[in-house]
Amino acid sequence: MKCDIIAAGVGGQGVLSISAIIAASALHAGLHAVQSEVHGMSQRGGAVVAHLRISDEPIHSATVGLGRADLVISMEPLESLRYLEYLAPNGTIVTSIEPVKNFDGYPEIETILAEVKSIPGSILIDATKLAREAGNAKAANVIMVGAASHYLPIGTEHILAFVEETFRAKSEKLVEVNLKAFALGREQVKVGELAGIEA
Amino acid sequence: MTENATMTDSATRMLMGDEAVALGAAHAGITAAYAYPGTPSTEILECLDALAKSPAGGPKAFWCANEKTAYEAALGLSMAGKRALVSMKHVGLNVAADPFMNSAVVQPIGGLVVAVADDPGMHSSQNEQDSRYYADFARIPCLEPADPQEAYDMVRDAYDISEAFRIPVMVRLVTRLAHQRSGVTLCPAQQQNDAPVSPDRDDWVLLPSHAKKLWKRRLLDAPELKRWAEESKYNTLTLNQEFREVGIITTGIAKHYFLEITSEIGLSPSHLHIGAYPMPMDKIRELAAHCAEIIVIEEGYPHIERMLRGIIPSAITIHGRMDGTIPEDGEMTQDLVRRALGIPVSEGVKLSSLELPGRPPRLCEGCPHTDAYDALRIALDGAENPIVMSDIGCYTLGILPPHNVGDSCVCMGASIGMAKGAADAGVHPSIAIIGDSTFLHSGVTPLMDAVAADANMVLLILDNQTTAMTGTQPTLLPSERIHELILGLGVAPEHCHKFEVHPRKVAELADLFRREIAHPGLSVVIAHRVCVEAARRNKK
Repeated sequence: MKCDIIAAGVGGQGVLSISAIIAASALHAGLHAVQSEVHGMSQRGGAVVAHLRISDEPIHSATVGLGRADLVISMEPLESLRYLEYLAPNGTIVTSIEPVKNFDGYPEIETILAEVKSIPGSILIDATKLAREAGNAKAANVIMVGAASHYLPIGTEHILAFVEETFRAKSEKLVEVNLKAFALGREQVKVGELAGIEA
Repeated sequence: MTENATMTDSATRMLMGDEAVALGAAHAGITAAYAYPGTPSTEILECLDALAKSPAGGPKAFWCANEKTAYEAALGLSMAGKRALVSMKHVGLNVAADPFMNSAVVQPIGGLVVAVADDPGMHSSQNEQDSRYYADFARIPCLEPADPQEAYDMVRDAYDISEAFRIPVMVRLVTRLAHQRSGVTLCPAQQQNDAPVSPDRDDWVLLPSHAKKLWKRRLLDAPELKRWAEESKYNTLTLNQEFREVGIITTGIAKHYFLEITSEIGLSPSHLHIGAYPMPMDKIRELAAHCAEIIVIEEGYPHIERMLRGIIPSAITIHGRMDGTIPEDGEMTQDLVRRALGIPVSEGVKLSSLELPGRPPRLCEGCPHTDAYDALRIALDGAENPIVMSDIGCYTLGILPPHNVGDSCVCMGASIGMAKGAADAGVHPSIAIIGDSTFLHSGVTPLMDAVAADANMVLLILDNQTTAMTGTQPTLLPSERIHELILGLGVAPEHCHKFEVHPRKVAELADLFRREIAHPGLSVVIAHRVCVEAARRNKK
């Protein structure tokens, strides 16, 4: 078993946290996990990407091969399309639909979403709205972890345990918000059908 | 920095390569660590800093003015008999090259390890120089880990090697290792070395008469070091008697790109992996005697490959970065190794029609540099032949749209010397832009040159009171003292201004710039306001 994941988004959206939560949960579940990220210049509002590989066997390369990603999880719709060269023909995109328009010439959002939908099995999530529902807009990345969890080879109990452990150090309230965010995200997706919401 | 990284029990945990280096050093019993922040090496000292501040405590961790001062402090610690770590990015070693090269001539006592993080692919750097050349140049051992676990193990071993041979040891990292997280199993921590020792001055005074003897001693020790590398457990040779056509050499992290695809080859070629330098020449000869062709897969420059090729044609065909089997620039990937070995590369999904725009990094919303750039653009409007020398930091992003301010960015502190050179050539206005941390790192000495010549230029110091680009590490001097320092260098007080930038004061700042551009001599403007990221962090 192996699961190769690309986590994408814009600097400041919590992309590296998505990858860190899934990686730690995999380790918790007794699997191997290797994560590769790039820090520094790219984090200043630019495109951010993390590679994450999970397997029940030892993993070698820390980065995913071209055409081999099982899953792209993106915090931003345009960014979900940036790493398609890594997506396997039967791979899945799970993306938030809220655009981050921090540069001139951002394409029409309808064009972007249509492009995402044209990729079979892609899932669109209104993560920002759901995060507010959970009690904190910043929990959008945990919404995305919840939505993507159906495609991960990790039992939800391991992810929940790690979410709880991570936020316990901060506050009980944040634990509650993030557990709710995970559940809300997970509910959005019924595997096997295009269960995304229309923008 | 993950909270995991402060633990010391033997459980396996996810650690970043940089954290593994930090904990390796801490568990080898270092007394102190020194660094200047620089991607991808920053998290090494950040991890040790967090450890020092944790309830359990740890070795001392110091952010320094630059890599040279960091290196020198580490050298002094070693001379006093204690184990020292100094960490930096690859271009930082250029700044520290003087103490680095000479530390290879003296006789370190406490283990001295320099962790250098290269940036192949230039994710956050101005070049992709390969630090293994520096280790070779200084004739010191170099360890090149393949993954975070090996980084942890190698750093601990590096201290023993350093003390056994009384030589500095380099641990060479690359971005994909420094910023890779994977499971690492830790060992119990060692005690620090005993009380300070009294070093023999003959080992440390590099007067020519001493230096000649010390250098001779190094050269006499070289065969011993060579034997160590030949026997190192980090250099492994596996020969396949059944298949003699092609042999593989990998170094450091490139091993994993090769192992990733071995199941796709269908054959198992003989394989020499090199993780410890000086290069194990006997092992290389043994592999060569066994194969008709060798493919060299290394992350970085063709360091091994160039040695193998030499100048005179050899009987063995060598493939690598120099014959185009693997591109000579950029990062190694599993797919480049597939191509090199003739294995098909998978294709991803293609966009139907949409042309995807890039999303370059940019200054944060509310960044104080934005106001200074707006003012400078106004002041330079209509200037016939202005030149604006920029420098290394967040403000480098001002060169990109929408600001478009800055004509150069070369190395730490270069803006000031280059603006003086342009002024010497008669360019007017000649402007230098530098941040407070970069100014303290490498800007003070070129400013002395500008003062001595009263160069006709304006130095704009963008003082946001932090080292912002690498994650808001503290600068060594507060704003007030930067102003005093500049006055102390002899800049005329009437042409040295402190200006608190504000969106409502852009026109006022533009006027100040115009007046100082008109002044036929050196002017300095310190445009200050705290970085938005640092302000957010300070609130926490």
